[in-house]
Amino acid sequence: MVIYGVALLAGCMMAGLVIGDMLGEILNIDSNLGGVGIAMLLLIFITGVLKERGKMADSTSSGINFWNAMYIPIVVAMAASQNVAAAFSGGMVALVAGVLAVVLGLALVPILTGKRPETALDDAADDAIRLPRPPSRPARQYWTAAVTRHRPPTPHPPIASKEAAS
Amino acid sequence: MIDSIVHLFDKYHLVAAFAVIGLAMYVAYWISNNLTRGKLHGSAIAIILGLILAYVGGISTGGSKGLSDVTLFSGLGLMGGGMLRDLAIIATAYGVNLKEIRQTGFRGVIALFVGVLISFIAGAGVAIAFGYTDPVDITTIGAGAVTYIVGPVTGATLGASSEVVALSIAAGLVKSILTMVATPMTARLIGLDNPRSAMIFGGLIGTTSGVAAGLAATDARLVPYGAMTATFYTGLGILLAPTVLFLAVRAVM
Repeated sequence: MVIYGVALLAGCMMAGLVIGDMLGEILNIDSNLGGVGIAMLLLIFITGVLKERGKMADSTSSGINFWNAMYIPIVVAMAASQNVAAAFSGGMVALVAGVLAVVLGLALVPILTGKRPETALDDAADDAIRLPRPPSRPARQYWTAAVTRHRPPTPHPPIASKEAAS
Repeated sequence: MIDSIVHLFDKYHLVAAFAVIGLAMYVAYWISNNLTRGKLHGSAIAIILGLILAYVGGISTGGSKGLSDVTLFSGLGLMGGGMLRDLAIIATAYGVNLKEIRQTGFRGVIALFVGVLISFIAGAGVAIAFGYTDPVDITTIGAGAVTYIVGPVTGATLGASSEVVALSIAAGLVKSILTMVATPMTARLIGLDNPRSAMIFGGLIGTTSGVAAGLAATDARLVPYGAMTATFYTGLGILLAPTVLFLAVRAVM
């Protein structure tokens, strides 16, 4: 059942958050330390075990995959509810400090990543990357297919362009 | 008539938000396919669109939650809030390559410490350059450049003035928003196209919303790797900023 997947996801989240909260309390900081990351590891581990035993039904997966697919729309909603106005009205100190932090962080990414010599790592990366296809690719293929399908046989420019526009 | 429509949108705010975001995604992907020929990713356009709307919403209402302060769009706050965002982030971990995480784990931890430190130094340095001399103020602004949560927490611990705390939040917001926009544009330049660099990126930049949106706009498949390290960043910042880093600033000033 789909709810099993959603419940598994939610259960991992709550367990991770509880652990993160306890870590924060142990270290005496007023924050959740890595709860989301711990939840991610829990989900990877538990679903891995379930798959190995053949107990991960497709409907269970779809309960998780739905939220996976909702990620980008949720991030867009998050972007739309950011306090962008405050960021711009913070004055030069805030602006320069924020920009500098991002520029330095981005510049350090290739330095800490180092070169990528191991082919095994590249293969692993490719495996991981090829599993779920990006949503834009099939859409584009469909789009170009629709255009090429419609253009040659039907010489109606308005219909063709309407097809392209949709 | 209009009143009752607004009332309905307010009452069913989450459902209305799904519809509004769906429409925004459609527009963004249409722009991506037709105006940029797919060169600028649809999700990047959608996020930029969201930020512009958030700016307009913030200016017109004077609130702090962007477009979701407008009654008609109040559901955006719930849909894009921490609860559903974290749920979706965790869901992206489904199907992740555990081997990759284990191999990069150590570098990821280093990236976390370097990331907090470098952001703090950037923020503190700018504060000093702008004439701040009080170690509390400098530490709070530096902590704000770590994330917009570390800033106010540090400021509250150290007893900074509310203007300085506001400044630190603004610095963190600038960082977060700039990360959303700059990541897809610089991704190729910094080699952000594999799980390993995504994990290090998450550790270096750390601000969850920025990393989440920046990676989504670059390549959604990288999200779980970046989010995995970024989730420890704010906690680490809150651990270090009011303690070790504050002592260091006080020793230097």
